Parts: sequence; C-alpha cells; structure tokens
Amino acid sequence: MTLEIDRLTVTIGGRRVVDDLSLELPAGRRLGLIGESGSGKSLTTLAVLGLLPAGAEATGSIRLDGRELVGLPDRELARLRGRVVGTVFQDPRTSLDPVMTVGRQISEPLRLHEGLSRREARARAVEAAAEVGLPEPEQIVDRWPHQLSGGQRQRVVIATALITRPALLLADEPTTALDVTTQAEVLALFGRLVDERGAALLFVTHDLAVLSRVADDALVLSHGRVVERGPVARLLQAPGHPVTRGLVEATRATTWRAS
Amino acid sequence: MTRPGSLSDEPGEQAAGPLLRGRGLTRTFTLPRRSPFQPGPVRHALIDADLDVGAGESVALIGESGSGKSTLVRLLLALDSPSAGSVTFDGRPVAPGRAAGLRWFRRQTGVVLQDPYSSLDPRMLVGDTVAEPLQHLGVPGDHPAMVGDVLERVGLGRRDAERWPHELSGGQRQRVALARAVVHGPRLLVGDEPMSALDVTVRAQILGLLQELRDDLGLSLLLVSHDIGLVQHLADRVAVLRDGSIVEQGATDDVLRRPRHPYTQSLVAAVPTID
Amino acid sequence: MSRGRGTLAGVLRRPAGAAAVAWLGLVAACALVSRVWTPLDPFTTDPYSAWAPPSAAHWAGTDAVGRDIASYLMAATGTTVVVAVSAGLVALVVGLGLAALGSLTARWVRDSVAVLIDVLVAFPTLLVAMALAAAFGGSLAVVVVAAGVGYGVTIARVSRAEIRRVLREDYVTAARASGLGQLAVLRRHLLPNIAPVLVVQLSLAMATSILAEAGLSFLGYGASAETASWGRLLSDLQRYLGVHPWTVVWPGLAITLTVLALNLLGDAIRDAADPRLRTRTPVPTPEVTS
Repeated sequence: MTLEIDRLTVTIGGRRVVDDLSLELPAGRRLGLIGESGSGKSLTTLAVLGLLPAGAEATGSIRLDGRELVGLPDRELARLRGRVVGTVFQDPRTSLDPVMTVGRQISEPLRLHEGLSRREARARAVEAAAEVGLPEPEQIVDRWPHQLSGGQRQRVVIATALITRPALLLADEPTTALDVTTQAEVLALFGRLVDERGAALLFVTHDLAVLSRVADDALVLSHGRVVERGPVARLLQAPGHPVTRGLVEATRATTWRAS
Repeated sequence: MTRPGSLSDEPGEQAAGPLLRGRGLTRTFTLPRRSPFQPGPVRHALIDADLDVGAGESVALIGESGSGKSTLVRLLLALDSPSAGSVTFDGRPVAPGRAAGLRWFRRQTGVVLQDPYSSLDPRMLVGDTVAEPLQHLGVPGDHPAMVGDVLERVGLGRRDAERWPHELSGGQRQRVALARAVVHGPRLLVGDEPMSALDVTVRAQILGLLQELRDDLGLSLLLVSHDIGLVQHLADRVAVLRDGSIVEQGATDDVLRRPRHPYTQSLVAAVPTID
Repeated sequence: MSRGRGTLAGVLRRPAGAAAVAWLGLVAACALVSRVWTPLDPFTTDPYSAWAPPSAAHWAGTDAVGRDIASYLMAATGTTVVVAVSAGLVALVVGLGLAALGSLTARWVRDSVAVLIDVLVAFPTLLVAMALAAAFGGSLAVVVVAAGVGYGVTIARVSRAEIRRVLREDYVTAARASGLGQLAVLRRHLLPNIAPVLVVQLSLAMATSILAEAGLSFLGYGASAETASWGRLLSDLQRYLGVHPWTVVWPGLAITLTVLALNLLGDAIRDAADPRLRTRTPVPTPEVTS
C-alpha cells in the first residue's frame, strides 16, 4: 500500500503551518520527517489521520492506496484509524488511559474494528505484548498503566498501534520521552516490525541522530515547507539547504562522537 | 571542541582541596504504607555516593531516569537533607536549614533547571526574576545595571528585563535562567538537564553560551544529564549513576571511550550518533 | 510596580468586568447613602397603600403592608454588603488557614488536615446555621459564620491543591537556590500564583453568602425582622406569589444581579491579573532568533 501526499497545505488562523508538502511512501519503506518545533511535521501526521485541531483547514490531496482522504467524512476516516493506519504519539504518560488495563487498551482497536469477543481479544493482546518485548505478557495485560515504566508504556502504545496489522504506521517523536537504552530498543523494534510486516513507516522527529537509526529517506521541514529531501545518509554527509546544514552542524556540536 | 584541562592552564588557581565535596551521600524515601500493618516500602534513591568538583573543573553526572543523579545534585545543593553523608563547600559544611545560614553558600552557587517553561515565575517580569538572587543574597551594587549587564552577557537585550516569561521562546527563557544563575557572581554553576527541552539548533547555541560563560567567568560546572553527547562537549570528568549508585567515575574521555563497567558500555552503545 | 493599577484597568476594559464594577459600585453607594437617606422610611407601614404599583411616590411599588419596596431594597443593601464582605473574609481566613496547615507543615499534620477538610466539606451549611441559631438565636452573625465557615472549607480544599502544585514548580526550586527563605518564597512566589484561584473563590464565597443569607432569613435563622434584608423581603413577598406575582421580581433581581456581578468580577480580576493574557504575540529579541 502506498501513501501519497500531494501539495498539502494546512492553514490555521490564516497562517500556513504546512505549505505545499508532497511525499510518496510505498510499503516497506521508512520515511522520516525532520524539523524543529513549529516546522509542521506533527500537523502533517494529524492531517493524514484527519485529526487536525479545530480551526485548521487542509487543502491538497492525501491518498492511501489511491483513496482520497482529504474531505472524507469523519466516520469513514475513523474506520481507517487504528485499522489501516496505526499511530504512536510522543508521551507514553498521557497516551494511555489511566483507568484502562493494559490488555484492554491493546485490544481496543481489535474489539472496535474486528468485533472480537473479550476472551479472543485478550489472547491477541497477550500475543501482541510478547511481540513488542513486554515482560510476562500473561500478567502484564492485567496491569494498570501507572504500574509500568515509561519504556514499557511506550511498548504498549506500539502494540496497540500494530495489533491490527496496519499497512501504514505513523510515529510522532515516539522515543523522545524515553531513556537512551530504551530508545535504542524501541527504535530497533520499529525497524524489525516494519521489515517483518512490510508496513510503511512515517517517522517524525526533531533529532537527526534518532532519524539516522530508523529512516532510509527523509524530508527536512522548515516553517511548514519541505526544504530538502533525500536519503538520510546523503543529508548527513552532504546537506544542501542551509536549514539542513544548520541541523547537521548543531547536531554534530551537541551529540556523541564515538571517534 | 574540548576545553583545556583545569590543571595544566591555570596553576595559580589550583585549589588546596575540591570546591564542592560530597561524602557518603545517601537518601532513602519511605513511601506511604499500603496497609496499617506493614511499614511503607523504602526506596533507595541514592546510596553512599562520593563526588568532588574542583575549582575550575566541569563534572557531569550521567544516568537514566531513576538513577539518582537529580537526588545527588539536590543533596549537594542543600535543597534536600541526606539520610546519611555530608557536603562541604570550600571546606565549610553545608546542610539544609534556615536560608540565612546558607546565604554564603547560595552566593557561591547558581542553578539552571531543565524546564524553561516552568523555571521562571510566570507572574514576575524577567528583570525581577534575574534580580532576585541579588536582592535576597544582599549583593551590593546597582541591581538594575547588573541585571542589564548579565542579560546582554547571555545574548538578550537590556529591554528584555521588562518582558514577561510567556513572551519569550524556550531558548530565550533558558538564557534568562542562565542570567539568574550567574548574576550574583557564583563560583559554581549547576545545571540539571538544562538543554533537554530545547530544539537542537537552540541547544547548540545554549551549549556555546554555557561554555563561554564558564570560561569567561572561571566557573566550576556541575552538570546533570542523560545526554552523553552534551556531556562529552562540556565535562572534564564524569560519574555514571545507576539505581542510586555511582558505578564508574573518571575523565570524560576515559569513561566514555573506554568504559569499564558493563552498564556504561551499554549506555554508550545505545546512544544514537550521526557519524 | 503598577500591577494593581494595571489590573484595575484590565478589569474595566472587559465589558463583563466593567458592568460588574458598575453594578457593585451602585450597590455599595446605595449602602452608604441609605445610612442617611432613603426615598421614604423603609419600615413605615401603610395598609391603605398596600400593593401599590410603581409610581412617582413609590418607585417600586409597595408590599403587603404598604412598605415602600424601593426604600426597603436600598436600606437592605447595607445588610447585603456587610454579610458578603464579612462572610467573604471569614471564608478566606478559614480557607487559607486550613490550606496552609494542610500543605506547609509536617507530613502527619498535612495528612490529618486533609482528612479534616474532607470531613468538614461534607457538613451542609444549613445544618451548621441551624445549630448556631439554636444555640445563639437567629442573627446576621449566624449567617456570616455559617456561610463563611461553610465556604471556607471549600476554599481550603481548592487552595491546598493549588499550593501544592505551585510548590512543586521549578521556579520555586530556583528561588530557593537563589537564597530565598521559606517566608520569602511564600510571599513572592506562592501568593501571587495562587491569587487567581483565591480571587475567584472569594467572589463565589461572597455570592454564596448572599444567597445563604436570603435562604436563612427566609427560614427564620437569619436577620431579625427589624433588619432590612433582600432575603427577608423575598420571603415576605413570595407568600403572595399567586396573587401579586410581580413584586418578587425586585428583591429577586437585586439578589441575582449582585451574585452574577460578583462572579463576573472574580473572573475579570483573575483574567486581568494574568500576565499571560495581557500580551499575546511573542517578541523577537534583536540579537537572538531563538
């Protein structure tokens, strides 16, 4: 399945927060959206989901396997969310409902979209928990979010996003709130799952170093516009646009140099 | 860009002993009990930690969340009472207590915290926030002028003293926090994750500013961070914490390039790089 | 700093704030003026002019026993102001006191006070008023104490949460690291940051006390017959609702408008005092772009 975005423009209060953005993401590929805060990268993922904030207007075209998403009524979009498109947001503390057990949260998309019974859903949740590397899957599905660590919670979020075997996975800064060792594991997990399932991954981040570990190609955003695009390796070694250069230099000045 | 070692360049400033010294610092918390019959569970946030910061030296504490690094720093700053252990500054003992008794210590230290969005009182003008240490530590001199000077020093304008915090961006607010931390002429600057909430280009700017301030003002630096890259660019020595204990300590290059403890090794291996 | 003047200007700039100030100003003015003058004597009865419609002589008409309603309303503003202000003060003192005990002390004191607050909140104000009236006889003092303590406990609950939130903020840690002592932190950082919640709560306390006075006087636990009060008038007139439905509008409107004005004023003050709502657009600094 392919995600195609054609000249997407999102306006909020008269201001263009995403400006003329186009991209193509085929199945099995990992595309990164990189930019600083306010560059419009998160809004792009929200636009794909049809979850833009009130007062935001989107023009342009977003097509999933040829099917136009812009202008689709919310009911239709809701049937795609969680089933064909899985999302992982940034903050594991607020992404999970504190009054729902882990198992119920993971299986919620299943019960919603596939109408499974409680027992079947729980069994699938245990499977999913094991797949994302959660310890003691049988027991953990009955725990509450506050009993889990940040890294474990993020794995729960990932399990929830993947349980319906979506064709497209959207991840918005999914590792920013995590410890560095957990981050490394979660990034590896993303890579593995995408490879195994042949899903497409759209990964949004402000961190070039993280991007280089998870994406093949990337779009560099600044003030809502795409200023450069290409393979991540090339962007790092030979950045063309000043914004990209600025990002690379700033990253070099502040990140770990092994040699 | 590495900083010249403190011993080789300024022999005149070599202190007789370390500036800040923590010995045997331990902090345990008793959590509220679940039942009236059993005592509450005990959490060992910090166990028997020893740490020195020499004059002119930059030391970093690295570790993941829950490692005890913030606890250690709070104890060293007398913002919390240790369950065991002692802290001395320039040979004098430091312990939490009445503010008046700690004034000499507060005069010598400046703190920058992590979140630029909550470290400034939203109901105080920038100028008043920066002037606060001057007023409460009884620093003589023309306070408004000193505030203006330090604001310029951190890359803002004198007129920014009339602004409210919410009018500034995250990077600008962190500059204000830095201004507040150095306005009273301390000898030790302490930063608790001062850059993790900032965008990478802003981070690079603030890093540069921090290095400049430290070098120009001859400050010692105690940095708490989970970001190994930052630590590499700022610290002479580093201590690695895990679950409340210091597992490894030494010169930054040694510890990070040739880690001996398996935890340090896994930490360094996990850090994403771009080369 | 001219923060006080700035807040007043901010309140007056908002239509709701200006209207509230205007109405409350009118009420306060009436309270003062009524000490020396009212159109007619509020308590003079004249059974032959009972239920007169509004006219030049009786601006709001007369009631069942011929008292001039307009004069009575004016005379009663004094009662209203006294009750609202005193009950508000009692509520604030009780509320802040309990909140302070519940957040700035040792752990066991804090926990005990928290439980105490929850227990006290459960007591209905009416019960307290009845108990006090049974012991000391009905009077305005009973109303003030009952409403004040009753709402004071709610203020305690809300302020305690706010105090704990503010004490956890980074700027408080930074202030302590800058050398401020406990008292200075309370004065400079805690109070200004819990003030907005307190202002709104105070206005609600005052509004509630007016309603409480009306209700308690109605039931006979409040002001005596010799004291003019909007609640008393309301209770006297409502007996005739079936026959003369329009007269209750006067005291009813007076109470409603005053309660509304207090609520709106509280909101306006809170908004006007918040620096974050004063300027919207962030200002770029010449040398620094981030």
